[in-house]
Amino acid sequence: MYKLWIVMAHTYKSRLRTKAFIITTIVSLLLIVGLTNMQTIVGLFDEEEVHKVAVIDASDRFFEPLKQQVDASSDEIEMVKVTESESLTEEKVQEGEYDALLVLEENSEGLPSGLFKAESVSDAGWMNKIESSLQQTKVMIATQNLGVDPAELSNLYAPVSFETEALKENAKTEEELNQARSIVYVLLFVIYFAVIFYGSMIATEVATEKSSRVMEILISSVSPVKQMFGKIFGIALLGLTQFALLFTAGFISMKYAPKPETPASIDSFTDFIAIDQLPVSTMIYAVVFFFLGFLLYATLLAMLGSLVNKVEEANQVITPVILIIVVAFMIAMSGLGNPDATFVTITSYIPFFTPMIMFLRAGMLNIPIWEVMIGILILVATIGIFAMIAAQVYRGGVLMYGNATSLKSLKKALIFAKR
Amino acid sequence: MTLHIENVTKKFGSFTAVDQVSFEIPEHQIFGLLGANGAGKTTTFRMMIGLLNPTSGRITWNNNPLTTRDSQLIGYLPEERGLYPSLKVSDQLLYLGRLKGMKKSEIIPEIKKWLERFKVPEYENKKVEELSKGNQQKIQFIAAVLHKPKILILDEPFSGLDPVNVEMLKEAVIELKKNGTTIVFSSHRMEHVEELCEHLCILHKGNPVVHGSLKDVKRSFGKKNVTVYADFDLRFLKDVSGVVGYKEVTEGVRLQVESEDIAGRIFDMLQGKGFVRKFDLEEPSLNDIFIEKVGASYV
Repeated sequence: MYKLWIVMAHTYKSRLRTKAFIITTIVSLLLIVGLTNMQTIVGLFDEEEVHKVAVIDASDRFFEPLKQQVDASSDEIEMVKVTESESLTEEKVQEGEYDALLVLEENSEGLPSGLFKAESVSDAGWMNKIESSLQQTKVMIATQNLGVDPAELSNLYAPVSFETEALKENAKTEEELNQARSIVYVLLFVIYFAVIFYGSMIATEVATEKSSRVMEILISSVSPVKQMFGKIFGIALLGLTQFALLFTAGFISMKYAPKPETPASIDSFTDFIAIDQLPVSTMIYAVVFFFLGFLLYATLLAMLGSLVNKVEEANQVITPVILIIVVAFMIAMSGLGNPDATFVTITSYIPFFTPMIMFLRAGMLNIPIWEVMIGILILVATIGIFAMIAAQVYRGGVLMYGNATSLKSLKKALIFAKR
Repeated sequence: MTLHIENVTKKFGSFTAVDQVSFEIPEHQIFGLLGANGAGKTTTFRMMIGLLNPTSGRITWNNNPLTTRDSQLIGYLPEERGLYPSLKVSDQLLYLGRLKGMKKSEIIPEIKKWLERFKVPEYENKKVEELSKGNQQKIQFIAAVLHKPKILILDEPFSGLDPVNVEMLKEAVIELKKNGTTIVFSSHRMEHVEELCEHLCILHKGNPVVHGSLKDVKRSFGKKNVTVYADFDLRFLKDVSGVVGYKEVTEGVRLQVESEDIAGRIFDMLQGKGFVRKFDLEEPSLNDIFIEKVGASYV
């Protein structure tokens, strides 16, 4: 056991000190801090701009109600009534005194219509607001013409009440589901990237030791099995360290990020994963499934890494495994929208997919704990079996030099390992 | 404290890498394991390390089988450089030393001692890839002996070294032997083997073809070398019965004869023919024995 610790500590420390690790960590940290403070950052560049719109209202009946509508819907737009001629105002728009010109006309039925002129009509946001305000003004005037009471009118326009309620016990409400979906979405990404990133790190590490032939020295000191698991745990620890750093940074940054003055819009990242409401169970599942998923794939990748001679060849042999991870991720992504589909339920018990898909189910649905446990048990058993096979192949593989990119070499390694 | 290899056979599938090899190495001895490439040396070494188990036969140290648990007993210098290219020399040796069960506080002074001894103390904080091949070999050697092993396995220790460094390493090997280390040594340079080893074994395709002490091996080989430098034509010596090898050199001929008697006959035959500048009867060199046993196709 002691030697396993030494291998683990060595793998961990030497990787921790590499420039690649330090740089990726710093970049990710910056990214996280940046994302969580997105609103502030956007706010810095995007100063509240007030669009000044000159309005020519020949009838003199529409300007006031329209201005009220516009003021109610947005404070970015300032409506100014002008009495100058259209062409003169147009010039002023071009000179930049006004941002746009709106010409209101009255049609035969006494209703307003508008002609909007601006230097460019591509910035649709505020233009649409004016359009919808005008629409409302039109409806208002039209209904007034029909003799409808304004109070009744507002009743007419009030949104209908539509609430959802899940009948299944413990089922999540729509709001909770959306919340869970975004958290699971982010964590699935994290698991996916981490497994690929750290998994291939293991394969490269093994291949490097083999190509530099330091393996020959190592195997004369430590049994290949201890060496393999020391390495896997070392890298796992490295991954957990990086996560701990990133999560801490994200948490602190979200907690203390300066809150924007206006209430945050729905699509802000901070709201997207509201860290305060993060369910503890989801976090625990995330760590458990990351760790188990990593173990499963890492043993496979270490085994494959032990078969090749050169670091360049490592990428070639690990591709099939990476593809399995990608498939798992795809299923998980499609399952996000429909987590209780039979297909998702079945695949969540297939060990290669369990880390991501069982996590998806556990995070999004309120599935009974025994289902998760069965998934974990199958996964652990598979890891055990693969670890035994991998240890055998590794033992033989590390001594094998020669072309080794086929199934044949796997068999050869096993024969070689039969001691 | 003897290392015993008893009737060891190793098969990989249907291929027999090592076939019925037996020898023993007492303490304070350097044992030479020779053979062409692919003769089974490395496989034998790997079985000694406990990395491979013999298909049949036993390897024992003090009558106990060697396993990976005995790894601190054994120091191994592989044929090819095996070091982390981008790790500093001190970190490297520290890691390898700790894997052999040493404490950090024990390792640091040992590293300093050996680096001083090999006159490269300035390499302590350099990366291995920055060192020349010969200096890497010194580090490799230190990695093998750092933990004061009882058994030291040296696979081609002198390859890639200049004569000064070869001497330096040789002295270190001899000193280790004096301090009680049992050393197994393999080399293709027969003069190194002759210089260092008391006992040896030549493997050919997994079979031991020559085995015993250096003296016995030479004596039992029987054939001797005769060198003759003379002013006259020596070609007639080729046809003398008992002469099995004939080779012209710049100043005369070099003969291989079946026994010392033949040498005497040749000496007589040379009389009266002219001036003989040199007549020399030598023991066969290990090189001759190796070539004869393993085949002229090699070397």
